[in-house]
Order: sequence, then structure tokens, then C-alpha cells
Amino acid sequence: MIEQALSDLLKGFDVALQPHNFLWSFVGVLVGNLIGVLPGLGPLSAISILLPLTFTMHPIPAILMLAGIFYGSQYGGAIGAILLNLPCHPPHAVTCLDGYPMTKAGKGGTALGITMIASFFAASFGIMVMIFASPLLVEIAFKFGPAELFSIMLLGLICGGTMSRGSPVKGVAMTVVGLLIGIVGTDVNSGVARFTFGFVELTDRVELVALALGLFGVTEFLRSVNRMHVVGSGMRVRIRDMRPSWAELKQSFFPMLRGTLVGTAFGAMPGTGPTITTFVAYAIERKVSKTPERFGYGALEGVASPEASSHSKTQVDFIPTMSLGIPGDAVMALILGALIIQGIQPGPQLITEHADLFWGLIASFWIGNILLVILNVPLIGLWVKVLQVPYRYMFPCAMFFIAIGVYSTNNSLFEVNEVLVFGVVGAIFMALDFPVAPILLGYVLGPLVEENFRRAMLLSRGDLTVFFQAHTHPIATTFLTISILLVVGQLFFAARAAHRERKLKVPKGAAAVVE
Amino acid sequence: MRRPINQYNKDYYGGALMIFIGLWAAIQGSTYQLGTLSRMGPGFFPTALGVILAVLGIAIALGARSAPKDAPEEKALAPEWRGWSCIIGSCVAFIVIAKWGGFVPATFAITFISAMGDRDNSVKDATLLSIAMVVICIVVFWWALKMPFQLFAWGTA
Repeated sequence: MIEQALSDLLKGFDVALQPHNFLWSFVGVLVGNLIGVLPGLGPLSAISILLPLTFTMHPIPAILMLAGIFYGSQYGGAIGAILLNLPCHPPHAVTCLDGYPMTKAGKGGTALGITMIASFFAASFGIMVMIFASPLLVEIAFKFGPAELFSIMLLGLICGGTMSRGSPVKGVAMTVVGLLIGIVGTDVNSGVARFTFGFVELTDRVELVALALGLFGVTEFLRSVNRMHVVGSGMRVRIRDMRPSWAELKQSFFPMLRGTLVGTAFGAMPGTGPTITTFVAYAIERKVSKTPERFGYGALEGVASPEASSHSKTQVDFIPTMSLGIPGDAVMALILGALIIQGIQPGPQLITEHADLFWGLIASFWIGNILLVILNVPLIGLWVKVLQVPYRYMFPCAMFFIAIGVYSTNNSLFEVNEVLVFGVVGAIFMALDFPVAPILLGYVLGPLVEENFRRAMLLSRGDLTVFFQAHTHPIATTFLTISILLVVGQLFFAARAAHRERKLKVPKGAAAVVE
Repeated sequence: MRRPINQYNKDYYGGALMIFIGLWAAIQGSTYQLGTLSRMGPGFFPTALGVILAVLGIAIALGARSAPKDAPEEKALAPEWRGWSCIIGSCVAFIVIAKWGGFVPATFAITFISAMGDRDNSVKDATLLSIAMVVICIVVFWWALKMPFQLFAWGTA
């Protein structure tokens, strides 16, 4: 089986190294890196702005480019976090804790160097996991029927909703809102137009790009305008500074390894976002450290481990996304959406039916990561300059790119209206402390969930217990049990937290948590 | 004076919003054919989701707490009316002007108006930025990518 995987991988390198594919992968990595560095823009906005461009492309270069943007922007995000204390992308918030003190102590270059090494190491490990885990998934893939797919998606939705930041109930509520947005359009079974408000344009579903750019572009600008002040630090990082010493390398090796393992574990679990991954990695590092008091004041371990975890997670995340059709977070949901737009149905059959795409993507990860290391060493000076682009110049330009990007999806202005509506709605949700990322997850999975639930019910003649018949549907039963355990566990922890709070004699009424 | 929506009672409003959306979806969904469990109609799934959302909304609202009397005055961010209206206005301007005036003025409008939303941008800055975007619009999107839109349109598109 492993031989099979290796020979597939070789074929994958063949695909990824074709000049056409290689070029797009390179473009993706470079643009992703650039956008990741720009303050206020993360992988989500980067991918959604460039998504319309890929509609006319062949699926393979399109996906290679989008994936390149994703991990490229993660690389870029770390730079802003370390040099300017600016987490452009939430997972890097943890990197700020120790990365920025290192910069203040004049060791910013070393922190960047270690980040780069950690990222490459972790990404390579994640890629290896992908190579060897994928054939196993092919084995079980043919056992998947509608009941199984529905239960896995349900698990993904619950994970995605409950594990994002903030209150789990609010996360789940946002997932349901996303599912409702996913319903807008023509019902495939009956041809009935649902929730279209009389707009002909909406019978063809809400536009994915419009939803993403509204929620993550316009919403973000509405929240940060006049509130985000980037102070240029004017510091210089020389290539020479970026090479860590042997002692530093030795010091960061085990944190790197631990971070990588944390990221791999979280990546394989559908629905766990990248932010929680980096926070867990940081917490573990602090726990095992003999000198936890150094954390927060420029501990090298506090940079190496979270960065490694976020990068191995990024790679491993592609496994549930591509093979089960369950995106781990909002970025993966976007990539899933892009696959569906390209006419590729993600799911258990993807690895066998689109072997060239799947293995080409894995190979391109490696090539892309090598490219990133090569690119970032000479370009670091440029990135430092880019970091100082003021927000007040950036967001008006981004507004234009959003408008024209959305226009290009269907060459119609109706989608620009959608962006505006979702931007305002997203800002209202955010103001009320609702996380918006689960909306995208729900939107992308919505039609698939409904379709598979309907089919499962049709096959079982309306018998809801079909999901719990362990002898006929063991996979469905397992996943549903995990989902239930997860919900019960969340309820338990919420109740315990409320109980403790009450014990501490917080003003009455403060602890009434009903979840 | 405490602001009407603060960190303590936020969840009342959030929960109420969810109940509202949920009930609306359930009522609207039930106007489509519901069907039975074994043969679901187009209305089944949306109605079910609407009910679930309304229940979640109730849970969120119940979890909300009222502000304790001795709570410290929160330092809420002041509403950013200028920024908000400029960003929303720029989007509206783009849609309207692109339709009746072409993409060159629309590009200028969206960049200029949203740039004016930031207090630190002067009219000169905003104008230069907008001109740069117009150039990008013409060179990249119209000339290089050959996107189908009119640079200038007079009257109806």
C-alpha cells in the first residue's frame, strides 16, 4: 500500500512540476505571502479575492494556486505577528506573545528564522501524514452511503460551531444561519425556489465569493476603520540575523516536534479551527517548560511550537476536506467551495477519481513550501516594508478589489449587493459576539447535508433510528456518538464553569448559563 | 450613562435576533411543501432549521445576564458613523455608478468614498489612491483580463 502511495506521489510530482501548474502554484504562494504580510488581510480575504480568477482555469492549477495562497499567507502572517505585534490572522495571536518581545530584544531575525524552519519541518511532517493516511481512507471510502456522509457532516458542523472562539451555542447558531443561507435557491428535488425574496438572481444560490468577501472583507473593514493604527517600526532585518545558532536550534527542536504533533492531531479532527490549535500548542509548551516564567518575555519555544502546529495543521486539514468533504475551518470551506465550482465533488471517491489532482496537490505542497523558504530569505526586507503600508491606504484598495472580484464571478452587479448585505449582517453578528466563520462552513455544507439526509430518510423509509443501527451503519453510529459526546461534553464544561463561578460568589445572576 | 447594548445584555439582543430569524425561516419554510420524513418536501429542511435556530436563540437569551449594579463602566468603542457610512456608501455608489456611468467613475467612487471614511486620509491622498485604482482597473481588469464591462456608460447600461 505504501509503495502504491509512493508511486502515486511520484506521479503527483509529475503533475505539480508541469510548467503551467508550477507557475500557478508559484503565483499562489507569492501572492499569499504578500497578502499575509499586509496588515488586516488574512488567508480568507486573500483566497476570496482571487477565487473568481480561478473559475476559468483548469481545476488542477486553480486548486494548486488557492492552496498556495493559503499556506503562503500563513507564512506571511507570522512576519507581522513577530515584527509588529500585529496578528493579521487570529492563529498568530499566540506568536505575538513571545515573538514580539524577541523583536524588542533585537532577536526578531532569529524568531523569523526559527519560524521558517519550524514551518517547513511541520509542513513536511503534515505532508508525510497525508501521503500515508490517504490510501487508508480510500479503503473505507466505498462503505460510505448517505447516512454515513450525513453523520460525518453533522460532526463537522458541530465541531466547527462549538470549537471556534466564544460561546459554543452562538457558534452552533451561526452554523444554522449558514445552513439557512445555503438553502437559498432552487431546490434540486422539486424545483421550488426557496428564500429568494423574489430575486431571480437568487434562484442560483447565494454566491460563495460574495458571502465570503462580505463576511470577512467588508465586515472586517467596518470593524477596523479608524480603529486600526499600524505603527511602522522602521526596523531592519538582515538575512544574517535570521540564521539561528546551534544552541537556539537545539532549544527549539522539541517544541517544534510537539507543536507539529499537536497540529497533526487537530488537523485530522474535522472542525477544529487553527486558532485553538496554536493556543493548545502554546499552552503545552508552557506546561512542559522548566522555566515557564520566561514565556511572554521572548521564549523561543513559544514561537517555534505554535508556528509548527499551525503549519502541520494546515497540511493535514486537507485530508478531511478532500477525502470526506468536511472542511476543518472557514478557509477549507472556501477551498471546498472552489472544488465544487470546478465540478469536483469532494468526498471519499476524490482520491481515486481525481488522483492527478489529489497527488499533484500533495506534491505541490512540498514544492510550495520549499519555494516559500527560498522566497522569504531574500524578500524579508521587502516584507518589512510592506508591513508598514498604512491601513488607511489598504482598505479602500481592498474595497475596490472586492467589488470587481465579486462582479467578475457572474459579470453582474447583483453580487456586489450581496457583498454589502452580508458585510453589514456580519458586522451586526460580530458586534453581538457571534463568530462569523461557522456561517461559511454551514453555507458550503448545507446543500450536501440536506441532500444526504433526504436520501438516508428515503432509503430507510423515514426511520430516524437508521443512524444508530450499529450493525448496518457502524460508521454513521460512531460519528453520531462522537457528535453527541461532544455536545454533552460542552454542556458539562459550561455547567461546571457556571457552577464554579457561582461558588466564587460573583454578583447574583452572573452565572446563569443555560446551554 | 450605560449604552443601550453593552457587554452584559448583548446576549438578549443576540438571542432575540436568532429567535426572529429562526421563526421567520420556519414560517417561510412551512409555506413550501413539507412532505413526510420518508419523502421530504422542499419545506421540511428549512422549517426544521428555523425551529432549531429559534431554540438556540432562546438558550442564548436565557444565558444572558443583566448588568450588575456595581459593574465598572465599560469603555465601549464609540460608534464609528463616519467610517461605517463611507464604507457602505462606497459600495452603494459603486453599484449605482457602475450601472449608469461605467466602471471608471465607479472605481474612482468606491476607492475615494471608502478612503474618506478614514479620518487620517486627506482629499489629496484619497484622490491619488483612487486614480491609482482606476489605472489598475483599466490596465489589469479591462485590458489584460478582458473582463466584460464598459469603462464609460451614459444613461442606462
